[in-house]
Amino acid sequence: MIHSLFMINSAGDIFMEKHWKSVISRSVCDYFFEEQQKANSPEDVNPVISTPHHYLIHIYRENIYFVAVCTTEVPPLFVIEFLHRVVDTFTDYFGDGGETAIKDNYVIVYELLEEMLDNGFPLATESNILKELIKPPNILRTVVNTVTGSSNLSDTLPTGQLSNVPWRRAGVKYTNNEAYFDVIEEIDAIIDKQGSTVFADIQGVIDCCVKLSGMPDLTLSFMNPRILDDVSFHPCVRFKRWESERVLSFVPPDGNFRLISYHVGSQNMVAIPVYVKPNISFREGGGRFDVTVGPKQTMGKLVESVVITCAMPKVVLNMNLTPTQGTYTFDPVAKVLTWDVGKINPQKLPNLRGNISLQSGSPPPESNPAISVQFKIQQMAVSGLKVNRLDMYGEKYKPFKGVKYLTKAGNFQVRT
Amino acid sequence: MTDSKYFTTTKKGEIFELKGELNSDKKEKKKEAVKKVIASMTVGKDVSALFPDVVNCMQTDNLELKKLVYLYLMNYAKSQPDMAIMAVNTFVKDCEDTNPLIRALAVRTMGCIRVDKITEYLCEPLRKCLKDEDPYVRKTAAVCVAKLHDINAQLVEDQGFLDQLRELLSDSNPMVVANAVAALSEISDTSPSPAAQMEMNQQTINKLLAALNECTEWGQIFILDALSNYVPKDDREAQSICERVTPRLAHSNAGVVLSAVKVLMKGMEYVGMETEFVTTLQKKLAPPLVTLLSSEPEVQYVALRNINLIVQKRPDILKHEMKVFFVKYNDPIYVKLENWTSYPSATQENIAQVLAELKEYATEVDVDFVRKSVRAIGRCAIKVEQAAERCVSTLLDLIQTKVNYVVQEAIVVIKDIFRKYPNKYESIISTLCENLESLDEPDARASMIWIVGEYAERIDNADELLESFLEGFHDESTQVQLQLLTAIVKLFLKKPTETQELVQQVLSLATQDSDNPDLRDRGYIYWRLLSTDPAAAKEVVLAEKPLISSETDRLEPTLLDELICYIASLASVYHKPPSAFVEGQALVVRRTQLPVRSASGEPGATGATESPVPQQAQPVQQQQSVIPSHDTAMGDLLGDLLSMDLNPQPQQQMSMTPAPQQDMGGMDLLGGGLDSLLGGPSPVAGMPASQASMGGGLGDILGLGISSTTYVPPKQVWLPAPKAKGLEVSGTFSIRQNVRYMDLTLKNNAMAPMGDFAIQFNKNSFGLSPASALQVPSPLSPGQTADVTLPLGTNGPVQKMDPLMNLQVAMKNNIDVFYFSCLIPIHLLFTEDGQMDRKVFLATWKDIPDSNEVQKEIANPNQLDPKGISDKLQQSFIFTIAQRNVDGRDMLYQSLKLTNGIWVLAELKIQPRSPTMTLSLKTRALDVIPQVQQAYELIIANM
Repeated sequence: MIHSLFMINSAGDIFMEKHWKSVISRSVCDYFFEEQQKANSPEDVNPVISTPHHYLIHIYRENIYFVAVCTTEVPPLFVIEFLHRVVDTFTDYFGDGGETAIKDNYVIVYELLEEMLDNGFPLATESNILKELIKPPNILRTVVNTVTGSSNLSDTLPTGQLSNVPWRRAGVKYTNNEAYFDVIEEIDAIIDKQGSTVFADIQGVIDCCVKLSGMPDLTLSFMNPRILDDVSFHPCVRFKRWESERVLSFVPPDGNFRLISYHVGSQNMVAIPVYVKPNISFREGGGRFDVTVGPKQTMGKLVESVVITCAMPKVVLNMNLTPTQGTYTFDPVAKVLTWDVGKINPQKLPNLRGNISLQSGSPPPESNPAISVQFKIQQMAVSGLKVNRLDMYGEKYKPFKGVKYLTKAGNFQVRT
Repeated sequence: MTDSKYFTTTKKGEIFELKGELNSDKKEKKKEAVKKVIASMTVGKDVSALFPDVVNCMQTDNLELKKLVYLYLMNYAKSQPDMAIMAVNTFVKDCEDTNPLIRALAVRTMGCIRVDKITEYLCEPLRKCLKDEDPYVRKTAAVCVAKLHDINAQLVEDQGFLDQLRELLSDSNPMVVANAVAALSEISDTSPSPAAQMEMNQQTINKLLAALNECTEWGQIFILDALSNYVPKDDREAQSICERVTPRLAHSNAGVVLSAVKVLMKGMEYVGMETEFVTTLQKKLAPPLVTLLSSEPEVQYVALRNINLIVQKRPDILKHEMKVFFVKYNDPIYVKLENWTSYPSATQENIAQVLAELKEYATEVDVDFVRKSVRAIGRCAIKVEQAAERCVSTLLDLIQTKVNYVVQEAIVVIKDIFRKYPNKYESIISTLCENLESLDEPDARASMIWIVGEYAERIDNADELLESFLEGFHDESTQVQLQLLTAIVKLFLKKPTETQELVQQVLSLATQDSDNPDLRDRGYIYWRLLSTDPAAAKEVVLAEKPLISSETDRLEPTLLDELICYIASLASVYHKPPSAFVEGQALVVRRTQLPVRSASGEPGATGATESPVPQQAQPVQQQQSVIPSHDTAMGDLLGDLLSMDLNPQPQQQMSMTPAPQQDMGGMDLLGGGLDSLLGGPSPVAGMPASQASMGGGLGDILGLGISSTTYVPPKQVWLPAPKAKGLEVSGTFSIRQNVRYMDLTLKNNAMAPMGDFAIQFNKNSFGLSPASALQVPSPLSPGQTADVTLPLGTNGPVQKMDPLMNLQVAMKNNIDVFYFSCLIPIHLLFTEDGQMDRKVFLATWKDIPDSNEVQKEIANPNQLDPKGISDKLQQSFIFTIAQRNVDGRDMLYQSLKLTNGIWVLAELKIQPRSPTMTLSLKTRALDVIPQVQQAYELIIANM
């Protein structure tokens, strides 16, 4: 199982290490550094590296490599998932999982790691339980602690650990009982030069914020559950009921959690809500750039926060463009063009056009750059998924309920 | 206020200062000091000098302080073992605390103190905690057993903790079960001893399946991994396991999903091939795999490596989901490179899409990725015939881009297409020739030269082209040199008049100026061929080439089957079995193999491969009509060389009676088949009986040693293919004409030919040793089977083995050395001079003390009469000395002698019309008695 964990920042410093069994020398990371040097960019380091005696499995998040060291055959996905969970927990505790946050909270980080893994076996990874064991830092508590001498650690037994609903602690109390559901869908797509869809699918999640007292038992039903044929559930969801009735029945964890994530595959037709009309051409010494964005199948909703980025070829020296709306920047070092469009007005389509100048003497690039698009559409789930109703059993009070929809671009690329 | 304050040091005497604070009376100050110590520890500073002071803080009610001290202890106990003993008492006390959290914490920390001296003190508290009323403590204790095992395996086994752990498998709390499973599998992974292995029966499986639904996601991974090692006893059980595991596919944890996929993939093998159940299950597998591909890049990578295996095993699963393999430009490179490997699953329907996509990639920036895309296009062409034309035109488009590495890669690929579809696309050769100048990589150059040589008659200036290559002959890599040599010889054979000079030049370059033996030898061979018999040379060099298949990146079927068992593990990422990279572990033994019926061409089919020995004039080439395309150049050479057939085939020099022995395999099958067809009267198991009758039949037909047809046990698999890199060895022992033989069947399940076989025996109880070298037709090409007989001598080195009849054998081939062991049937060692004189028999019988007499009831299933029995036994060198009839019972007195001079005397009481008889054996060497009894039973039942 997981033997040790090293955290390495972008400068290549090992700024934190934790060993769950015997201590493994830092020098094992040299294999990682070797591999890192071969990679062109930080993301490109192969996640599973084998060394003569150990296996290094890492993830790259928040500009930190989290390198787990294993000595025996382990399921690598188990390690990867666990590492992601560790970073999620840090983010949950400290607001972000970056290097400064970790350094500022060394002791808590150490305690967390100790609680999350025992001898390489995951122990408590649910943030609800962890928060019961180790209180997250906040200014008020720090002040209180210094004054009263009490500590961040609670000395109660984490109740959830033993019950059949380990994700929920007992004795939750709220004055305002509320449950909010956010249906968020991301479109991953590749659009080709002609504007037809090469590939498109939807990654959806339902994120919840449930603040309900006691042990509520919720049932969430959909108008069109048929859309959800490829789903992954939070452990709280009763799979049997889903199989038979297509409703989500669950005792929710307390606070924020992801209820389900789903995938609407490429077999279903995906309505692409925006189109991009690119016109990029290069010739000796320069070129033309002309891009127009417009809405398409948005069900009357406004397309907002549109940002267009384009990684230009290395030979591009500079770009001189005029946007009809929004602002644009060109980073001459990374050669990345970013155009912050804002909202799209269907009457007056945003356009960005102008000249490209190339490095003198170098031949024009052979292929055009791909454009990636960011956008958001409020109050619409592009798959058409709609929540029908939410019922609560097991408790007497009447909760406040709300559902929000949001569609945004995931990995949305237009080839030019 | 953040923890970074703990890192600020004010003065140089930091340790000294901390020491002072640790011994302070104020609780608050103490705690702050411990925090500072921990902070220094986390960044790797050595604060071990503070050990006694920190341990002193342990006796506290404050939970946080206790935890911090525990953290410190775990880190430094190893370097201060004497001090650590001081902490033991506190642990023992804490293990009896009323608060379960403290009990659990204590038992957890205890296990992390990796000091040998302490471990003994921990056994008692641990035993208690394993039976604790609180499940939280039990589950922590379960992990502690694994920790302890890591430190001192012997202690854990002696103290019976493993049994306690096994009991926890049926605990009422799912989390305890999960941890027990995790602990047990870790222990059995690292410990070779059989006591540590996790035994699984139906009950435990049911317990695990029940716990599966309720435990944490990590627990589910452990349980699923354990489940995948279980071999269901029939289809229905496999089916029900699959059904109960299927819901796990919808879990949000990618690890759970992939482990569930593993269980299902293995389950499907047990359920049987094409049932409806399997088809529906396959459908259910696709969506979760697709989902994995849209998670974090690291998960994608691992998933892709696994999908690669899954698609090879069951190509249908993702055939509608090709699009998910399309690459986005900002994917990390390792994901991109993995994606293309899945393209072999292209089919006729989706090829257009795939091609367009691949062409798009070919204009990417990343060189490696582009190359692979081009290669993938070629692979599509070879795989999907209908699309070949499209692929070729795509490749031509790519060549027009004149991007150097694209062109080179395209040429390599086009060469393969030419080989797959001869005489179809040669019109494009002229376009290829235009790019001759720009080729600078050996692969591309060699391919181009091959094309020029192969189609020399259609290229007007082929001689000029080749001549241009010849100029820098010595600077070329060997691959190009070899190819150039062959191409020029081809050219010469096609256009002899104009190219004489050229061919002489290249031959002299190759034979006189080159240091490379391969090149020199090939040069000489061509030279001699050309000078002695140009017609033969033509036949050899311009021989029809075997077609290539598209399975380049395919794994060997045996390896693939093995890897399927390791889905979701590291092995699946490396595409190597764990035995190849995990150090000194008992893994291979423990993990089960896929069931027999899944693999193509398993033992059942072995006999069916018709007479495996090629007729002498037949070139071996015929047997490998399909060779993988990645070494086409080599394959070509192989074909060229082998078809010359200069050496007589090795099997011609074989031992005295080659024909009947080598045909044994075929006859076996025939005999078996006939017997079962006729539904022969023998009520015993079909195989052995048919073997025996075959033995007799064979003897009759061939007129050989009728008197000496002893009983031959059926062949057993001694060395399964997965353990020996594709070589499968099965065999048995026999005696023919008073010579002992080991009859072996070698089967090559690998994808490469095997050769250079040799065999050696370890010292054994009866001094058996090979009497001559092992003669195997070489090379043994993929899929081929060879029956070999090895005459045995009995005067090799002797060492008593346990079990007595054990024989350890080492077999070597060009790949590796493999070890296996087998049991010698004792009747192999009976000698033909085992008949004792009557008087001597009587004297010896009396002479051997009665304590050396062993009686046993043995079966006489065919209710043979004494005469029949005595005849039968005589054939196996058990001689009847006298026969008496006492009270209606027949008494046979018999003797036999082993090769090492041990005499065994026997008295056989036969009751007429009774299915049993009594065998009394008397000998001075009691060790052999069980074997002799067994031999009696076998011979009587099977002849």
